[in-house]
Amino acid sequence: MLELRNISRHQGGEIFLDDVSLSMERGELNILLGPTLAGKTSLMRVMAGLDKSNSGELLFDGVSVLGMPVQKRNVAMVYQQFINYPSLTVFENIASPLRVARVGQNQIDMQVAEVAELLQLTQMLDRMPDTLSGGQQQRVALARALVKKADLVLLDEPLANLDYKLREELRAELPALFAAMGAVLVYATTEPTEALVLGGNTVCLHEGRVEQFGPTLSLYRTPNSLRSAKTFSDPPLNSVEVECVAGQFIYAKSRQLLGIKIEKIPDGRYILAVRPHHLSRKREASDEIEIEGNVSVTELTGSETFVHFSMEDNSWVALLHDVQDFAVASKVKFYLKPQHLLLFDSNDALVEWQPEINN
Amino acid sequence: MSIQKVQNNKAWFMVLPVLVLVAISAIIPLMTVVNYSVQDTFGGNEFFWVGTEWFQEILASERFHNALLRTLLFSGLILAIEIPLGILIALAMPKRGWGVSVCLVLMALPLLIPWNVVGTIWQVFGRVDIGLLGHSLASLGIDYNYTQNNLDAWLTLILMDVWHWTSLVVLLCYSGLVSIPEVYYQAARIDGASRWAVFRFIQLPKIKRVLLIAVLLRFMDSFMIYTEPFVVTGGGPGNITTFLSIDLVQMAVGQFDLGPAAAMSLIYFLIILLVCWVFYTVMTSYDNDEQSNGGGAQ
Repeated sequence: MLELRNISRHQGGEIFLDDVSLSMERGELNILLGPTLAGKTSLMRVMAGLDKSNSGELLFDGVSVLGMPVQKRNVAMVYQQFINYPSLTVFENIASPLRVARVGQNQIDMQVAEVAELLQLTQMLDRMPDTLSGGQQQRVALARALVKKADLVLLDEPLANLDYKLREELRAELPALFAAMGAVLVYATTEPTEALVLGGNTVCLHEGRVEQFGPTLSLYRTPNSLRSAKTFSDPPLNSVEVECVAGQFIYAKSRQLLGIKIEKIPDGRYILAVRPHHLSRKREASDEIEIEGNVSVTELTGSETFVHFSMEDNSWVALLHDVQDFAVASKVKFYLKPQHLLLFDSNDALVEWQPEINN
Repeated sequence: MSIQKVQNNKAWFMVLPVLVLVAISAIIPLMTVVNYSVQDTFGGNEFFWVGTEWFQEILASERFHNALLRTLLFSGLILAIEIPLGILIALAMPKRGWGVSVCLVLMALPLLIPWNVVGTIWQVFGRVDIGLLGHSLASLGIDYNYTQNNLDAWLTLILMDVWHWTSLVVLLCYSGLVSIPEVYYQAARIDGASRWAVFRFIQLPKIKRVLLIAVLLRFMDSFMIYTEPFVVTGGGPGNITTFLSIDLVQMAVGQFDLGPAAAMSLIYFLIILLVCWVFYTVMTSYDNDEQSNGGGAQ
């Protein structure tokens, strides 16, 4: 088990990590989700021991490893770039962690063969890394991490530089491969969809702070803050400022009624947020909320339509599951089930009021 | 269906300037040398055909053998010193910060000095009566005199070449080193690779190509070295530092033996070509192996 307690790291007035506390179990996949510069790589570097934190405690299986140099920590890391030893064959590349650990030749042959089989590299063991395709090169890097049988495996956007198809393929294989190792597995990504496909637990990072940590799906369904919801939304989350007066909601700008009433909520300013795919063109029940806006642009992707429209001066986007074209500047109406509404108070914290959600 | 071939001789005019330039700068001088190398003259602009006589004479002459051996030894020694030293300095140079530009400027300085000036600098530097090096050594009680002692003459020339040209190796290696992404070093640290392993398996393979260029350039330049030893030792003491180029000039200009000198020039030229080809083939054969194993991927 890897435990981070109040880890902070700053350098030259710049804050990289701010009071990060996490605890990760062996055999579980932990996803670091956040945009670029959210602190994903900084956090991984501290976990690996490549960088020192300015304060805080880092425990592995209950033992502090803060002072331990990276070589002694039994960590494996895979990067966005395909990092292999350029002058060594695929076999020697995979064998390199075993050679450092002075494992016998028989053992090396066996373990490399086993891992190569898993990652479909058996045919390429004699080749040089730069004669392989990007996907194969990354497989070699993954094989190196796998064969090391590390206690902590850090994957820093390992699929970001691969093409779409390969990414899908490896994404499906990865969790199973590493789960069998019994290591603490950390996976950094900028893509919410990737986090959802991978499952496990997710850490929402924002500017070096942990916004939320928990099972991926529950994080997606009930984000505890607006930031967390924004980080975990692709296409971007729609939001609008509203005001609550005696249980009645009105738009803060146009002062018009939203048509929803919630009991037992204090008066004041709130932010109402909606995920793009929860907006629909058809009204299916009488209690659905009507959203009206002016179309600014429509993107057709073949099977889906992204309708960008302005709503109370906010730019919103709706994701529709068929191809529909809308004229620019035309008025458009969308409907929204009340249980899909996310409501945040003036401190950006989630206001729990929804009935049960059945997605 | 018929294909009409359009004759357009204008294209020839386009390549004409290049042809003229190459002819004047390379082909005509080279052919003149070839012409001299197969003829003899007793003055008065009368030439006689002698065939390969001069070539046989040069190849059999002890004077040529000795000069060739000296030149090879010189090139070998300066390569053995400058290449490892250049790599070491490049490795020790800072990768970022203000130190980078300071180091680069300092490194580039010797390269900016004209060759005959370098020769003059060292000629004065090594003098026992007024030179900083020579005088200091003498006052330390060390018997140093590059104009009389064979070993001292060689040491001075090698030291001068190392001072003048190691920078080139450093700059080439440094350019190779800074192009290695930081993550490679990170990955190596995580793997627990030693400093030597990082050099052997990451840095060396990544600077291999620039290193090949450095070796080739340094070999060719040192094998053709003329100006600096001519200024410092003039080929002496005796003829202990008479390299091929110095010998050639003595033969052609000093003795005016045009035939043998032309034959020697051609042999000299072919040796350089041959050695460079061997170097290049050997050092790139590894790359070719890689590619043929790759089966045309990438």
